[in-house]
Amino acid sequence: MTRKPLFSVKLKDRIFRIYAMACTAFALLMLAILLIDISIKGATRINWSFFTNLPSRHPEESGIYTALAGMVALLLFTLIIALPIGILAGIYLQEYGTKNRLARFIEINISNLAGVPSVIYGILGLQVFVRMAGLGNSILAGSLTLSLLIMPIIIVSTREAIKAVPDSLRQAALGLGATKWQTIRRIVLPASFGGIMTGIILSTSRAIGETAPLIVVGALAYVPFIPEGPLDQYTSLPIQIFNWTSRPQAGFIINAAAGIIVLLLFTFILNGIAIYLRNKWYKKTNL
Amino acid sequence: MVQKNKSVKKELNPEYKLESRNLNLFYGPKQALRDVSIKMSANTVTAFIGPSGCGKSTFLRCFNRMNDLIEGVRIEGDVLIDNVDIYKNEIDVYEYRKKVGMVFQKPNPFPKSIFENVAFGLRINGEKSKSYIEDTVEDALKQAALWNEVKDSLYKSAMAISGGQQQRLCIARAIAVKPSVLLMDEPASALDPLSTTKIEELIHTLKDNFTIVIVTHNMQQAARISDKTAYFYMGELIEYDLTEKIFTNPSRIETENYITGRFG
Repeated sequence: MTRKPLFSVKLKDRIFRIYAMACTAFALLMLAILLIDISIKGATRINWSFFTNLPSRHPEESGIYTALAGMVALLLFTLIIALPIGILAGIYLQEYGTKNRLARFIEINISNLAGVPSVIYGILGLQVFVRMAGLGNSILAGSLTLSLLIMPIIIVSTREAIKAVPDSLRQAALGLGATKWQTIRRIVLPASFGGIMTGIILSTSRAIGETAPLIVVGALAYVPFIPEGPLDQYTSLPIQIFNWTSRPQAGFIINAAAGIIVLLLFTFILNGIAIYLRNKWYKKTNL
Repeated sequence: MVQKNKSVKKELNPEYKLESRNLNLFYGPKQALRDVSIKMSANTVTAFIGPSGCGKSTFLRCFNRMNDLIEGVRIEGDVLIDNVDIYKNEIDVYEYRKKVGMVFQKPNPFPKSIFENVAFGLRINGEKSKSYIEDTVEDALKQAALWNEVKDSLYKSAMAISGGQQQRLCIARAIAVKPSVLLMDEPASALDPLSTTKIEELIHTLKDNFTIVIVTHNMQQAARISDKTAYFYMGELIEYDLTEKIFTNPSRIETENYITGRFG
């Protein structure tokens, strides 16, 4: 005799569906509350002078000019350092490196590095770049630290993108007498461009939001000038926001909210570009 | 029967294009080819038949050193093309592969335009002349019997054409480099009957300019298109003879069992 199940299969299916929908709704709701709260608080503060003013003691005169300039400079140097190394390392590991135990060990460790808390990179950067290399509280020290932070992400996403290119294409190119480099350069990289690009942009938006390592390597909260070279001192938008939120005056809280809106917009735009590129490339290659 | 064989024999080019001598191949500890020796004449179609895993594809890939790409492969013995041993150290494998075109089981066009697919081999050779590239692409597409179907859409993505057209595109891509040998690894097995017929007709005309070696699972196909047939089993070349003889009067009982479907 078979026992009748407490819930019918159909009912289970419905319960699970409702549960999944509730979870999704909860996550979206929280995000919406956060965004609406920030928008209501900060929207009034967003005007042209907010972008062009230097930081000030008076919240209503304070702007994010130096913080924005510092962030853009920081990102620029970070990408200049991290992109070539990360992408080439990804190509090497996927296309050239032999697949032995050492390679697997390295592979696992790179993936682990991508998950290391960012403050640890900050401490490493403090010791190696700020102190040992004597770079001080410079943009370069900050960029090098952020490069270390995003390099594992770039390596992993480059490898994944290259791995997704079917082997039959490599064989076709090699069968036509192409060298390994010609095959990579003319077939593999173009076919994986969308994936690599996605990884780059996602790692960039990660670098934008990082605050902890920058605090450790000495980004300053108050910088009344914009950086002119890689060895200048700097501040960055997340640092500025962090600083404002810790002030007692209500006006600075509004400034922080406005700063968050700008930072979020940056991240949304970058992620949007990543999604656009990915879709465009996947359609084009139709792999 | 005997007379018929003689008449076919007369047509075969006496000059040997491809040859292997006592070829042994190992994947790690596993031996995939055992002491295979064969001679293939220029401008003929040779079919390799045999059950799955018998080594026929592996053997085919020895002729353009594609097995080099697989880790743990060890090869003993000689493989010769135009009487030159291609596994000698001084051979530039990339130059060599240009002389031996390969067509794979599944059509594998590059995610580029039709034109760029065919031009690929020329571009990697550093060919810069636009008119030469255009002429060669057109010529190759004509030889592959694809020109009329794609001449108005040369710059469309190669991924957008049908599987049969893609496979002919892959043939055009291979012959644009002007090889003297074409290796085909079950080129029609992923195609519908109509496309298969087209590929078979194509092989027939290409024979005039190329030495063709084709691996096939389809015995009727081997009988239709090849001059000579080689039957492989468990890594050994069991029998190699004129196709007519293999299919009507094989000398080995193993071949007969396979041909008649009693095995494999």
